[in-house]
Amino acid sequence: MSNAPAIVAAEGPIRRRPVALLELARKNRGVLVGLALVAVLFLVALLAPVISPHDPIATEPDNAYLPPLSPGHALGTDELGRDQISRILWGARISLPVAFVAVAVGLVAGGLIGLVSGYAGGLTDLLLMRVIDALLAFPALILAIALVAALGPSLRNAMIAIGIVAIPAYARLVRAVVLQLKPMEFVVATRSLGATPVRIVLRHLIPNLMNPVLVQVSLSAGFAILAEAVLSFLGLGAQPPTPDWGQMITTGRTFLPNDPWLAIIPGVAISITVYSFNLLGDSLRDALDPRLRR
Amino acid sequence: MAFSHLLELENVHTELSLAEGTLRAVDGVSLTIDAGETLGIVGESGSGKSMTALSIMRLLPRSGRIVEGSIRFKDRVLSDLSEDEMEAIRGTEMAMIFQDPMTSLNPVYRTGWQVGEPLRIHRHVRSGEAIATATDLFQQVGIPDARSRVRHFPHMLSGGMRQRAMIAMGLSMSPSLLIADEPTTALDVTIQAQILDLLRRLNREYGTATILITHNLGVVAGMCDRVIVMYAGRIVEQGRTEDVFSHPEHPYTWSLLRSIPRLDAEPHEPLTPIEGSPPDMVHLPAGCKFQPRCPFAVARCSREEPSLLQVRDQLARCWVTQAGTELNA
Repeated sequence: MSNAPAIVAAEGPIRRRPVALLELARKNRGVLVGLALVAVLFLVALLAPVISPHDPIATEPDNAYLPPLSPGHALGTDELGRDQISRILWGARISLPVAFVAVAVGLVAGGLIGLVSGYAGGLTDLLLMRVIDALLAFPALILAIALVAALGPSLRNAMIAIGIVAIPAYARLVRAVVLQLKPMEFVVATRSLGATPVRIVLRHLIPNLMNPVLVQVSLSAGFAILAEAVLSFLGLGAQPPTPDWGQMITTGRTFLPNDPWLAIIPGVAISITVYSFNLLGDSLRDALDPRLRR
Repeated sequence: MAFSHLLELENVHTELSLAEGTLRAVDGVSLTIDAGETLGIVGESGSGKSMTALSIMRLLPRSGRIVEGSIRFKDRVLSDLSEDEMEAIRGTEMAMIFQDPMTSLNPVYRTGWQVGEPLRIHRHVRSGEAIATATDLFQQVGIPDARSRVRHFPHMLSGGMRQRAMIAMGLSMSPSLLIADEPTTALDVTIQAQILDLLRRLNREYGTATILITHNLGVVAGMCDRVIVMYAGRIVEQGRTEDVFSHPEHPYTWSLLRSIPRLDAEPHEPLTPIEGSPPDMVHLPAGCKFQPRCPFAVARCSREEPSLLQVRDQLARCWVTQAGTELNA
């Protein structure tokens, strides 16, 4: 009787992910901190309308150029008297979704190219990889700038451009892992059980890709945020009066001699965000590295 | 049963196109196996054993192609089947067990989930049901504590247990033919014996015809009704296990048997290794392929290749024994 509950538990649903994110976070401090920082950023983006003390685009010319720690404006105000902290908080609502969409574009397109290329091999692989090589031949940011210039400056086009720039990394990563998995006996063994190639790719290969892809998602999210800030800084992304970090730096740049915080504060926001994603990605990579595990 | 043999290979030639050139991995192999029978295929690495198995399953690597001959399974010519029809046969009517239990299970899935995979593929059963069946199968193949083992990931199981899980997976649809490609090579000797015992028991209980591919003659002696010895993609000797072991009629088989340590030999009596190395499959010698390493070779051996003919109770591909000479050193 005493072991009855154990048997019931054994019949419960079988969990598929071998490494749960939370489990990793418990064991690895870097993952924990990175995850916490990213979670805070997402919360900020989500709750910006609630937690911002002011409207981010409401101007108050009488209160312009207030320094940080002014009463009512913890981070001061800009040249039009808009509350800086509100603009920073709302800025997260631009940066994070842009990163999200850009990563999704890169992941889906790059992942698909990598899967097809790696599994099919031969001429398909050769042709797809030459396209990827062509994309890689341009420096990432220059390519993104060129793409937005071609598509027209807007936040949506910035997302697409950053996504396209992210494709090669995913394609090469996924292809490399597929090439590593393909000769493993379980692939042939699964085929010998009657599984179709599509089933093998979807149900047997993709779950094996999760760990390296997770690391890449985290790292490329950091890059996407930086790239979005750069594009907006150059006037190719978010357009005024949208509260966007990159664009805030552009405006703040003019006032650097007298009111440096106008450029410094959004710069710090970008740094913290990029740092959070990179920390998460780096520590995930270490935590998931099979050479460091048993 | 309506068909004469469960599986019949007739003059099968399989080619591999590699960068160095095209090689005949399987060269004119003919064999049959009937329901309930155990057939051993022995040979060195690269002798074409595994390629024969993969040709039967139609799972050759991209570079491989069956260029000649026919494979009939239950009176169906396998090369005539579409890929869909072949997928329906794999796992249900013929299954295969691989050499390396370390890599033949998918590392990210729990073993129970994987062992239930054939059921999900072919019978579209739901996951819970598949895992219940997997638990049963685990018990049948002798995995202790099956209920908790189905929840374990492959890396949590020992090599022997993983091989048992592979066997469970192969048997889940009760195939009529099981091809075991070096199922015990990667395992400890004690575990090897257990796995072979399991295969023998399953063969007897379910009447599953088994093709056992190995380079271990001891395994063949203990398991197989008939044995095929392969060299350079060809069958060099074929017959009932007792006959081949008691009086080998091909010098290669003879040398293989002499290179195994024997308990009844004089202490310190040296083993007799086979001189030379396996042939370069792209540039095979003329005549008999074993002739450069053969202690019995005569002039004719390097000119003409012998065919596989009846010599005493078995078939052998050797001019010397076909002429009536006995192999003895």
